[in-house]
Amino acid sequence: MTTTLVQSETQQGDAMQLESSKEAVARIPGISAAAFQSVEKEQATAPSLIELKNLNIHYGTFHAVNNVNLSIKQNSITAFIGPSGCGKSTVLRCINRMNDLIPSARVEGEILYHGQDVNARNVDPVEVRRRIGMVFQRPNPFPKSIYENVAWGARINGYKGNFDELVEASLVRAALWDEVKDKLKDSGLSLSGGQQQRLCIARALATNPDVILLDEPASALDPISTLKIEELLRELESDYTIVIVTHNMQQAARVSDRTVFFSLNENRQGILVESGPTQKMFTKPEDPRTEGYISGRFG
Amino acid sequence: MSSELTSITTPPTAAGYQPQVNKRQTIGKIWRWVFFGSTALAIVLLGMLLWSVIGPGWGWLSWNLITNPPSRYPEKAGMNPAIWGSIWIVLGSGVAAFVMGLATAIYLEEYASKGRFNDFIQTNISNLAGVPSIVYGLLGLVVFVDLMHFGRTLIAGVLTMALLILPVVVISSREAIRAVPPSLREASYGLGATRWQTIWNHVLPAAFPGILTGIILAMSRAIGETAPLLVVGGASQVLWRPDSIFSTFMVMPLQIYNWTGRPQEEFEHLAAAAIIVLMIILLLMNSVAIGLRQHFSRKARW
Repeated sequence: MTTTLVQSETQQGDAMQLESSKEAVARIPGISAAAFQSVEKEQATAPSLIELKNLNIHYGTFHAVNNVNLSIKQNSITAFIGPSGCGKSTVLRCINRMNDLIPSARVEGEILYHGQDVNARNVDPVEVRRRIGMVFQRPNPFPKSIYENVAWGARINGYKGNFDELVEASLVRAALWDEVKDKLKDSGLSLSGGQQQRLCIARALATNPDVILLDEPASALDPISTLKIEELLRELESDYTIVIVTHNMQQAARVSDRTVFFSLNENRQGILVESGPTQKMFTKPEDPRTEGYISGRFG
Repeated sequence: MSSELTSITTPPTAAGYQPQVNKRQTIGKIWRWVFFGSTALAIVLLGMLLWSVIGPGWGWLSWNLITNPPSRYPEKAGMNPAIWGSIWIVLGSGVAAFVMGLATAIYLEEYASKGRFNDFIQTNISNLAGVPSIVYGLLGLVVFVDLMHFGRTLIAGVLTMALLILPVVVISSREAIRAVPPSLREASYGLGATRWQTIWNHVLPAAFPGILTGIILAMSRAIGETAPLLVVGGASQVLWRPDSIFSTFMVMPLQIYNWTGRPQEEFEHLAAAAIIVLMIILLLMNSVAIGLRQHFSRKARW
């Protein structure tokens, strides 16, 4: 009941933002109508899948992230941008409880996924992570064969279907199949950096997640590999909800539907400054700090 | 001459810099020779040890030595029971210490919360590694021989030796587990693996070569260790190889010690020959272990 209420409120707010961004985009040459339509479609139909409410994150005595409120839309790509150390990766890693692995980390507030708090006492982080998969900054394939890299996650999650088909389908989805179909027995580590990262995406897809979190997935890759990953994300958008942290503002502009800008307050705590449709964030941000960052004046 | 390194003089070095390249390179060369000297010293000492053993012992190497039981006639005397005793002690204590030590290391690294308790345990284990081996012998005498009524048997020796090498196994296994990159664990957890699935499928395979190295070192120590077995084991002559874990036993270092104490000169030669046999067995054991380690480290690379 509460969740529905929040959703409708958010959608109203977005609709208002949409009006202003429509005007903004209309004034900016070079942004196509098609791009704009995709925003409109997303605004109109996509419900919120993940809601962060009053999220505060502490590392020991350090208050790292201060009061973040955010809703992430289903079947869309949300980009987290912001200067180094502003907590964007920290927030991302809270969503599937990867921060549990850091003993000193403490999370307050609510992270609602399908309306359910992932930090609730009766929720098993293992279950959360299967539904909310993750791809990391540095490609980290297992020191196993390409086939086994993809199959392992499904196997431990009790997949009972045909593994050959699953591996092929996942690698096809990750746009890697043609490059590796003749060497599935080779080590995952024998691939190039970009291929390894797509293998990690295929590995995540094979566990049939709902959401994919990517923590600067292209920062260790060359421009061509980066482009491939971005194209891939665009293709995956229809079936998955994607959240990507990136240092690269062009990447956020190219790949995402919505952008969330994080920054630091005067106590060096990470805060959410502004979020909204990507076109609007990059053309007519409301907060002067967002504009300063996007125009390259700091960060 | 063209082979001589000529200094680059143009453009001139900026004011305020005194590169002193020659001096810095000389310091580097001095250290190189210090390190070389240290290595050479170790090799020379090993060579002297081998020479002092092979000289008197070589002529006394015979099948009798390996197949016969001890005897008071030097030409018939052998150390067959001692060889078997050593093999059982080393394998038994290796397996026991591996199981207990690895389990302890996994608990401390992967499960126990890092904090004062963990540091306390770590400090104590490090201290245990430095306790004189005779103290372990006395512990074994009290606990295994007397309290548990095993008597001076193989099982008492195995357990005592396992305790002796346990700290080394725990410490080296912890180091090996800690060296597994966090990214590998993250990858596993990120797919919805449980802690145990992560440990069993990723952490242990990656850490295994390092764990094996610790076991090899520990077992090498166990095969040469004498003092604790003097207390819990056979200081007396044993004529038969052990046929159960409750048999009396003899080990090679004890046999050597025993022979060097005899008045006849022949037994000194016999002891030297026995040392050669001991070293050959040690070499074989380490080769197998190093081969195993190579095998596993080829499989587990990240």
